[in-house]
Parts: sequence; structure tokens; C-alpha cells
Amino acid sequence: MPSSLAVKLSKWLTILLAVFLLEGCNLQSSPILYPKGPVAETERDLLYLASVIMLFTLLPVYLLTFWSCWRYRAGKGKGAYRPDWHKSIFVELFIWTGPLVIIVIIGVLVVVYTYRLDPYKSLSSEQQPLKVQAVAQNWKWLFIYPEQGVATVNELAFPSDRPLSLDITSDTVMTSFMIPALGGQIYAMAGMTTHLNLMAYEPGRYQGRNTQFSGRGFPNMVFDALSLSSNDFSGWINHVRRAGKPLNIPRYQQLIKPEMSHPVEYFSNVEPDLFNKILAKYTGQGDALPRQKANNLE
Amino acid sequence: MYAEAMPGESAVAAMQGSLLFGRLTLDAIPFYSWVAMGGAVVTVFTVLLAVLWVSWLGKWRYLWSEWLTSVDHKRIGVMYIVLALVMLVRGFIDAIMMRAQQAIALNNEGYLPPEHFEQIFTSHGTIMIFFMAMPFLTGLINVVVPQQIGARDVAFPFMNSISLWLTAAGAGLVGVSLVLGRFSTAGWTGYPPYSGSDFSPGVGVDYWIWALLISGVGSTMTGINFIATILRCRAPGMGLMKMPLFVWTAFCTSILMAFAFPALTVVAALLGLDRTLDMHFFTNDLGGNMMNFANLIWIWGHPEVYILILPAFGVFSEVTAVFSQKRLFGYPSLVYATAAIALLSFTVWLHHFFTMGSSPNVNAIFGIATMIIAVPTGVKIFDWIFTMIRGRIIFHPAMLFTIGFIITFVIGGITGVLLAIPPVDYLMHNTTFLVAHFHNMLIPGALFGYFAGTQYWFPKAFGFKLNEFWGKMVFACWFVGFYLAFMPLYVLGFLGMPRRLEHYHNPDWQPLLLVAFVGACVVLVGIFSVFMQFYVSIRDREQNRDMTGDPWNGRTLEWATSSPAAPYNFAVIPQVDSLDAFWAMKEKAEAYSCKDHYDPIVMPKNTGVGVFIGGAGFLLGFAIVWYIWWLAALSLLAVIGLLMFRSSQKEAYEIISAETVLSIEQARVRHYPEVQSAMSERSPS
Repeated sequence: MPSSLAVKLSKWLTILLAVFLLEGCNLQSSPILYPKGPVAETERDLLYLASVIMLFTLLPVYLLTFWSCWRYRAGKGKGAYRPDWHKSIFVELFIWTGPLVIIVIIGVLVVVYTYRLDPYKSLSSEQQPLKVQAVAQNWKWLFIYPEQGVATVNELAFPSDRPLSLDITSDTVMTSFMIPALGGQIYAMAGMTTHLNLMAYEPGRYQGRNTQFSGRGFPNMVFDALSLSSNDFSGWINHVRRAGKPLNIPRYQQLIKPEMSHPVEYFSNVEPDLFNKILAKYTGQGDALPRQKANNLE
Repeated sequence: MYAEAMPGESAVAAMQGSLLFGRLTLDAIPFYSWVAMGGAVVTVFTVLLAVLWVSWLGKWRYLWSEWLTSVDHKRIGVMYIVLALVMLVRGFIDAIMMRAQQAIALNNEGYLPPEHFEQIFTSHGTIMIFFMAMPFLTGLINVVVPQQIGARDVAFPFMNSISLWLTAAGAGLVGVSLVLGRFSTAGWTGYPPYSGSDFSPGVGVDYWIWALLISGVGSTMTGINFIATILRCRAPGMGLMKMPLFVWTAFCTSILMAFAFPALTVVAALLGLDRTLDMHFFTNDLGGNMMNFANLIWIWGHPEVYILILPAFGVFSEVTAVFSQKRLFGYPSLVYATAAIALLSFTVWLHHFFTMGSSPNVNAIFGIATMIIAVPTGVKIFDWIFTMIRGRIIFHPAMLFTIGFIITFVIGGITGVLLAIPPVDYLMHNTTFLVAHFHNMLIPGALFGYFAGTQYWFPKAFGFKLNEFWGKMVFACWFVGFYLAFMPLYVLGFLGMPRRLEHYHNPDWQPLLLVAFVGACVVLVGIFSVFMQFYVSIRDREQNRDMTGDPWNGRTLEWATSSPAAPYNFAVIPQVDSLDAFWAMKEKAEAYSCKDHYDPIVMPKNTGVGVFIGGAGFLLGFAIVWYIWWLAALSLLAVIGLLMFRSSQKEAYEIISAETVLSIEQARVRHYPEVQSAMSERSPS
């Protein structure tokens, strides 16, 4: 390779590296590394802890690889050449037990944290959780507040410092519900209910979204997660009650038509037991909404 | 779109369309986007150019009688690899188009319409797994394994030819979907209900299903073929623990193919029944359950990862020993680790959907099972490193790929263990972190191995060595390109970017996506270098002839044959007493003996039946995709008829006479001076 080309190439690589490092500052916008709630925070701490433990495997591999490539290179290497050296009980013991020990340690973490962070487990708090039902549609999220009798599209408001207990289903294909700043995701599937328990430490506005590809409007299937103080939350509920339009069965049937994006919309006077009626469309058990022809999402 | 175009709806999807052409109409030509139309035109022109080129060379007869109809494992292997390289280019074009789209699509639609972007990410995954990696590894196994075990061919040479042509038929269906109709938009795993006929009524998912079904039958047969070959056709004296490591990994991969691919065939067939005959295995309603699909596809899908990776591990084992000029360290450890990985690979499928709402009991068990695989994998890495220690390492391109693999694969292993922790997976699942992780496993762990194998065994297949400068360029570009393309995706995962986004509104993501695009461009240079290396090496082939059949001072039996090997590989089947059988022969100075009398050798005769079965398989798939039922019935009958014809053929074998064997072996003897001098230069011990 001509040396001028090599110089140019390394210059470009340096620039790219710089861009990459500068991005490190942008990491502060990372909802995963800077979580806003206890679930996401524990999950992140677990991620850090496991990463640090795993670095103990990276180091010996890198050191041994570079050292042996240097020391045993043909021609100039200083290492002794022993072409028949092919076994050593000591080495075998080390290479089997080393990884095993690390995996046992992380295995303990898996057991402890999988139970602790079970998304179905209610969060411990002095306050009763707020119950919200989320329904995935094309390509928007409907949030039903059964205790308040209101519903919204693409805006999930909830009081901060109080657990949020979500029942999630889909009135379309399989999707995945996630508010990265507050915690991990769970799939939404038609005819089935999954659960997610989340909480925010402080008031704030976070982005929630569907992370599972679900068709043409998938990139826009995002919603605002509004964490409000308890006063603001009551105010918000009152506002939705006043400003909301009724969500009856005809309106619902209109709502589930595919749209590339949907503005935030408020509903009051929500059809009673709407969530279960949506589920019943697919399970055939109980009082179901009328079926429509499914929509071509291609 | 097709369903809507039909006047009146039939009860069963399969009844749509005209009797003669099914649902195939002029609408099938992709006028919906200039990029898609461009793809169609390029595809048609490439095929036309290839046809014209062969006609211009006047090589049709040669191509047909020497290659396409061949049942020689070496030629079948080479054809597999040619298919893999063609599909590598196709799959890479998809990849760089996606990178370009995401690099520019901040707050705008980019240059690709969504339906086209969706087809591209689906075809990229489908092609790279099924029609690049699978043919590549099958090709390497085909070329090398029979020679490494001292056999003259595989156990079932004709079945081998059928496997090849069914794989090619599947690849052909994916290729045709560029020109007629469109490909699936459901991702390479095709999760329902999105992939069901309610939400994806067009031909796309059907193309995907039938490409998988037809090539899947081929892969299953390859698995069976190599289990039989390795168990039954080894040279006398080669016990299981004297098999070269590549044979061991090929063996484990074959077992995985034979046991895992039926699950894929079943799940794709069930989805096909849902779509074509309106059944309800995976639909939202009427008792369908999409979770069964996720389970079934990953019961195939996770072993598939090891189907792809294990043969590469085998290559690394061979390459490390030969280019460290040393015996492989910890052979029993490597064998047990390989077998353990193969076994464990069936116990971890659920980690692909921790987020489906399983209980913590289930998630924890599968999380731990997943991590246990890291133990034998770690053992293998250390065994390769300890093979290098106390050796004399030659930095041949194959060795560079091996070292590059070790230091890159470890990163993928670490992120893999992180993703195996269910609560961490809740955070990182479906993000680009996951995309970065599995590319981090499959590019170093599979593709680098296949490239290393190509560099290493090319002289055995063609009789001359590959140019090393361009080999190093291939490595450098793929290595640097990989880091540039995928490290940003890890970071983007932390920034919360989901996979498969056609456009986005977060300005923080764009710089990283630009870096990733630059990485893809570097890989493009790497792909160019692959073909440049072939060109330069073929041009300079006379200087790089391998006269000895043993260009790297090899240790295993394939180097005992001439390069390229005679059709029968071994004139006399060797007697094996130790691991590194050829090394032992060289030490005893028996490696290059020549007799003055040979026995005649019976070899299978070339046959075109495999090609025709592949062709009929292609037509069967095409006909069912487009609901052309008369053609489907006809091609099915053709497959059955061809098999009956072949079964009643009396002269499936030919005898290579003793005189022919003698003359071929004597032609080798002409190079004895070279052999002798090469031997004296580097006699082992």
C-alpha cells in the first residue's frame, strides 16, 4: 500500500474515532445508562456489574493473544519452539475452571435478579399502584384508565413516585411495549395480556415506543410518557375528562384503522370493560367487540 | 395488495386468480419504486450477462458435463462456495443500502420507500443465513471432509448433488422475488401474525417460506449425508478421537442440521398452511398461537447459530496448528467442548424471547443454560491461544483471520452473556445492541472462519495458492469495517434505538449511523478485495502452483493428495494410526510413495438428475407462491418421476481403470523433484 494512502487512511480513521468518542458525551441522552426509575436503575446496575465481571474474561484473552503473537512470531520471536507441546493438566484446569467460575458468579446474578426484576411483580411502595391498560394498534398506543374512566392515544400520564401497573395487549400484530428510561420491555400480543410494573422517581417527559417491527408506521409508533406530581396528575385527569370525546364502540372501530401517525387524543366516557372486550375479539370468550377484516400492513 | 385486487373474495386464499397464471399479473413487476425497479433490472442483466459470457466462451457443454452434473464432492463444494459468494454480494448490497438509508433518514423519508426498506432487511437476513453462510460452510465441508478422512467421496454422492441444487433453487426463488412480485417484509424470522395472510397478503412471505422449505430439505439431506460419511467412510485406523478437528466440527454441525432443520421445515410449512389454505396455527384468532411459532423457529434457530459457527471453529483449529507450526493444543478438550456446544445449543432457544412474559423460573433457567455455552466456547478460545504459544506463528491471511476472530469474538461473547441475563435483555432486546451482538458473533465467528478456510484450502481445490497481499487486504478491510460498522450500533442500543427503523427523529443517533455507514463502505472494499484476490491469483497462477499438494506443511490427510486431488482423491486408501495422520506419514517418509500397480476404482457417474430435481423444486416453489396449481402439480410429479428414473438407473457408477489411475499417479510423479526438494527443506521434527 502506498504510504500516502496509508497516511490518508489513518487520518480518516482518527476523525472517525474522534466522532465516536465525542458521541460518548451524547451518552447522557441515553435513557438506559441514565435511568429515571427504580426498575431501569436496577437493570442498569446489573448491566454494569455483569460487564465488569465479564471484563475478567476479556483481559486474559487479549493479553495472551497479543503476547503470544509477539513472542512466538516466526523469524524474530524470542519464545522457545516446542512443536509437540499439546497438553498440560495445569492449563486445562485453568481454561475449564476460569470460565466456569465466572459463569457461576453471573448465574447467581441471573437467578437473584430475574426474580427481583420480574416484570409481573408489583413494586413495593406505600401507595397503591395506578392501573393502566395499554393496547397496541396500527400504529399508535391506546391507554385506558379503568379507575378514572378515561383513555388517551399516544400519551401515558402517571404520578411520579407511585407504581404504575400496566396490562398490555395488542389489537394487531405482535408488538413490544417499552419506556426505556423506566425499565425493560414486554411483548403485546392479541388475545393475551402481559404485565409490566414501572415507576418514575421524578416528574418528567420520557419517550415510550414499540420496539418490535410491526409494519409501515412502526418508526412512528411512539408515545409520550408523562410523569407528573400527584397534583398535576389529578389536574391532568380532570383535563382529559373535560376535553375528551366519548370512546364508544363505533369510535373505537374507527380508531383502529391503520394510520402512519396519530396525534395525542383524549377520551372520556370510555366504553365499559373495553380492554376485556378487545381481548375477547380473539379469545372468543365473553363479550367481544365486532370483528373487522384485518388490515394489510405490507 | 393482491387480495384487494381480486374481484370478490374466495373462502380460501389459494383459490384466487386465474387458472393459467394464478395471481401472477403484470402488477408483479416492481414499478412501485425506482430503487426496486433498479434492483430488478440489475438482476436480469446480471443473469443475462453471465449467460452471454458462458456462450461467448463456448463453455456450456464443459460447464454442464464437468460441473453442473458432477457428483464429485470437491466440485459440488466449489459450486456451493460460488453460490455463497454471489449471495454474499447480494446480501451485502442489502446491508449497505440499509446503512445508507439510516445514515440519511433523520426527520425525512430517506431514499427508500418503507415497503422497500422492509424487504431489504428481510432479504439481508434471509440471504446471509440461508444462502450465504449455509452454502459457504457446506461447500467447505464438501471440499475438505472426505479428503480429511481418507475417503473417495461422500456416503451418498447423488444426494449431495440434490442438496446443492435444492439450495440453489431456494436462492433462485429469493432472486426471482426481486423481479416478480416482492419479498417478505416480516424480517428474516417471519414472526406471525404479521407474516400471516391477514396482515401480509401478498406473495412476499410465500417467497420466504418456499425458499426456506426447499433449501431446508437440501440442508437436512446434507446433514444426513455427512453424518453417514463421517461415521462410515473414514480410512481404516481413524478412530473418532483421531479425526481432525474440522471433521469433528463438521460432524457436530451435520447432527445439528439433521435434527434442527426439520423444526424449520415444520414451522415454515405450518405458516404456509395458514397463508395458503387459511388454517389457524399462528393467527391472532380462532385458536392460533403466535408463541408456538416463536418457539418452533428458535428451536431450529439457535442450533442454526452453531451450525454456522462450529465449522468455522474447525477451520480455526486447523489453521492455528498449521500456521503456528505446532500440534493442536488440548485436542480432547476441543472435541468435548464442540460436542458440548452442539448438545447445549438445543437447550437455550427461549433466550430469543425472554420478553414474551415467561415466568422468572423459565427465564432464569434459559438464561443460565445460555451462559453455560460460554464455558466450552471459552475453553476453545484458550486452546487456540495455547496452540500459538510455543509455536512459530506465520501470519498468513488465514492466520490473520483467526487472530482477528479471537479478539473480536470475545467482545461478542461478552455482550452475549449480558443479553443472556433476562433483566438486561428486557432493556436491550430489539435494539441495535442486539443487532451488533449477533453480527459480532457471526461475522468473526462464521464468516472470518469461512474466509480463513478459503485462503487455506484454495490450493487443494484448484492447484495454486491465493495472492497473499490481497488476502491481507480482505482481512484488513473486513476487520476495520466490522468495528466501524458495528461498534456504533452497540452505542446506539444504549441510546435506545430499535432495530429495523426506516426513519427516525432523534438527532443524537445520526453521527453514529454515519460512522456505521463508513464501516459498511470499508467492508465494500473488503468484498472488492475478495474478488480482486481471485482475479490476481488466477492471473498469476503459474507462479503460485502447488506441486507438492502440501503448500503449508500441513498435518491432516487432505494434504496427502495432489492439488487439485484426482477424482478419486486417494489411489490407495491410507492407513491411519494417529491424529495428524499426514504429519506421521511425513515423519516416516511415507508421504509421497508411488506404486507401480494400482487397482481399478469405482466412482459414481455424473448425472443431470440432481439439476433437474433442483429445477423442479424451484418451479414447485414458484408455482405455489403464485397459486399456479397446474404447474405445482406438474413439478411435484416431475420430482417423483426423476427420483424413480434415478432409482431404476442401472449404470450409476463408472470404473476408473487401473491404467488410468496409474497414469494419473505417474503424472504426479513427474513433480517428484519438486516434492523431494520441498521435503528436504522442511522435514518435520
